[in-house]
Amino acid sequence: MLTANRLRDGDVLYRKGDGWVLTLAEGDIYPDQASADAALAAATAEVPRNEFVAPYLFEVRDVNGKIVPVKEREIIRAAGPTVHPHTGKQAGQFHA
Amino acid sequence: MTKLIKSGAYAQDGFAPVTDDAPLPDGAVIVSLARFQKEREALLARNTPIGVRLQSHENPELLGADVNHFSLIALEFPKFRDGRAFSWARMLRTRLGFTGEIRAVGDFLYDQVNYQHRVGFDAWEVPDHFTIEMFNQALTEMTNVYQPSADGKKTIRELRADG
Amino acid sequence: MLNAIVKPAQPSMYRYDEFDSQFVHQRVDQFAGQVARRLSGELTEDQFKPLRLMNGLYLQLHAYMLRIAVPYGTLSSRQMRRLAHIARTYDKDFGHFTTRTNLQFNWIKLVDVPNILRELAEVEMHCIQTSGNCVRNITTDQFAGATDEEIEDPRPLAEILRQWSSLHPEFVFLARKFKIAVGACEKDRAAMLYHDMAVQIVKNEEGRVGYKVMAGGGMGRTPYIAHVMSEFVEREDILAYLEAVLRVYNQDSRRDNIHKQRIKILVNTIGPEEMRRRVAREFEELKRMGTLQLPQDELDRITAYFAAPKFETGLSDAIPDAGPDFANWVQTNVHKHKAPGYAIATITLKTPGQVPGDATADQMDTIADLMDQFSLGEVRVSHEQNLVLPHVRKQDLPAIYAKLKELDFASPNAGLITDIIACPGLDYCDLANARSIPIAQQLAKRFEDLERQHEIGELKIKISGCINACGHHHAGHIGILGVDKKGVEFYQLVLGGSGAEDASIGEIMGPGFGEHEIGDAVERVVDVYLKARRPGERFLDTYRRIGMAPFKDAAYEKEAA
Repeated sequence: MLTANRLRDGDVLYRKGDGWVLTLAEGDIYPDQASADAALAAATAEVPRNEFVAPYLFEVRDVNGKIVPVKEREIIRAAGPTVHPHTGKQAGQFHA
Repeated sequence: MTKLIKSGAYAQDGFAPVTDDAPLPDGAVIVSLARFQKEREALLARNTPIGVRLQSHENPELLGADVNHFSLIALEFPKFRDGRAFSWARMLRTRLGFTGEIRAVGDFLYDQVNYQHRVGFDAWEVPDHFTIEMFNQALTEMTNVYQPSADGKKTIRELRADG
Repeated sequence: MLNAIVKPAQPSMYRYDEFDSQFVHQRVDQFAGQVARRLSGELTEDQFKPLRLMNGLYLQLHAYMLRIAVPYGTLSSRQMRRLAHIARTYDKDFGHFTTRTNLQFNWIKLVDVPNILRELAEVEMHCIQTSGNCVRNITTDQFAGATDEEIEDPRPLAEILRQWSSLHPEFVFLARKFKIAVGACEKDRAAMLYHDMAVQIVKNEEGRVGYKVMAGGGMGRTPYIAHVMSEFVEREDILAYLEAVLRVYNQDSRRDNIHKQRIKILVNTIGPEEMRRRVAREFEELKRMGTLQLPQDELDRITAYFAAPKFETGLSDAIPDAGPDFANWVQTNVHKHKAPGYAIATITLKTPGQVPGDATADQMDTIADLMDQFSLGEVRVSHEQNLVLPHVRKQDLPAIYAKLKELDFASPNAGLITDIIACPGLDYCDLANARSIPIAQQLAKRFEDLERQHEIGELKIKISGCINACGHHHAGHIGILGVDKKGVEFYQLVLGGSGAEDASIGEIMGPGFGEHEIGDAVERVVDVYLKARRPGERFLDTYRRIGMAPFKDAAYEKEAA
């Protein structure tokens, strides 16, 4: 999948189509390296629009039908801090 | 394309930059330190002004006693984060007593112009879109300063003492 | 009961004049201009990043993080209330006190930052140079101005250094960050020897006060203890001397490998003697030029802002009896004050189970009330992520304790094993490899029993979520470094570090422990100490006497079984 931060407010974003959504569950999954690279290239080309910053790819896998990032960092980034469970997307605060 | 700003206005660049292997044209030239060290006699013998372009790792003390033979010393910012030239400019103005043009060249930001001005730069090679208005604004964003530098600007402490 | 209408006290700290005020306000306008240019695209992110960092703004895992400067750890009640207001208005109702005595907010929006900075400027606060490759916040002893252990209050010098380093035109694009600490005691409560540069106020044989300057310390990937640059710099020469060190660093540091660009690398590459020689050369020139000389009347003028408050006289010098819990708290959290009848009270933000160093907006407001009612309007932030009420009357201690209990900040654990330093870690930080806060919480709960804590005695646990060491794990008696091993969080133990005047760098024990093993490993290490110690030995002393081997054997023993 592809993620970035919104420039104005730092919101964590996930790529969907040629736009962005606020939750990982709604984001597009790229089934192979080629499609992932193409998505990253497209997003990178849009960086000069100054709407978002630092797009990058990260791996996800299917765990019992749920899409979960492979890396701990991305799990936390998608949900929110584990030590403040009342904050972040995990608590329904999809915006920063 | 770049323009030269000097004394708060666009200026003609009277110096021709010359690469290390090109023949020297007549008139004022800027050469690299390496070329100057190699062809010192010949360059100093010319009756026209000479300039040297120092890379960020090249300490102006390498110019030795020749420093004041130069009319122009261009200090390069290879990447705006490389702040060594701020110290080099200050050194040129103070320890080395250089009174010629110190020119900022390379990759630097509008936001660095004021600092450059304070440490002794008096000329800027800027991209085309960089206007005189921008240059003047850069110098006025912060009215006062806390510490002395090569510009001799009065510090806040001195202004306080003035009362 | 707190008096509901408490007039904010006037703390003895620096107060802005119209120059300082204009300076921070113009800086805000400047940054607002930079934000506008970023949003319009005139500045790319690569160009904007160093500019926003020099105003304390990071882009972290979840959002922007703003780091607000708390110069030499000193806050007035008015400032504390403003921080609470900002937490409520622009963030999620809490803030985090850091190991450089600053305050961080984790959920900031870029577009709000100019307004936040304006609100800060109104109360003489800013975010200038709290990040970036420049001189950072000047830190000092949290007991400054209150302890009888100091030669003089180090904060006037810290304020002078703050001004001198603010937007210094030559030193805002250094090779890397530059952290300065100031101290005035033999006891080092500011971790001076781990700083890029440190200034210790000392007396020479003639009894004259001057400064010992050290440079080249640092945490991070490769920790170093600072070397002495000069045993004694005269008062009037101090700015010239410090500028000389910075000039040598700016000129001579590498710029080709970001991991080798701190001054500690320069000093240890060329050697301290050569470093001293280069510094001396720059210093001699600066002294001759004379523009950086610090006149005594300027030092006096700044010192006057920090003049000792009018302490009451005729107070009882006895701490009242207010029950065993209170007595426990006094034992660890109350320290001797230079004025009779007064004490220094530490508010540990380390109640077992809490996030170390965090305070909610409500807690901040209540602490502001405590400051006004009981501490002459002042609080200090320590690099151990605690707060200190520097000037409290002994007779008020029970009332303070009662209020702290309501706040859940009354844990009697200053300096004990549950007084843990932890960086934000992978829960918040873009650089982290592992979470650190849950480990701190886990360990604090495990060792929560107070009798056991006292049995163990002084034991400083410091936890970092990555090699950048913002949790100071190299300086922990027990340091813990979070690492990522094939996508799983592991925690390495590092033993025998110290950030005090007996500074030492901790030794790595070996392979890391998993999240569910680290607690047992620490417990086994502590048990080795309890069995092996001699009377009067702290954990650190026993470690220094018997070495790593017994601890390592015990820590991995269960693994082998």
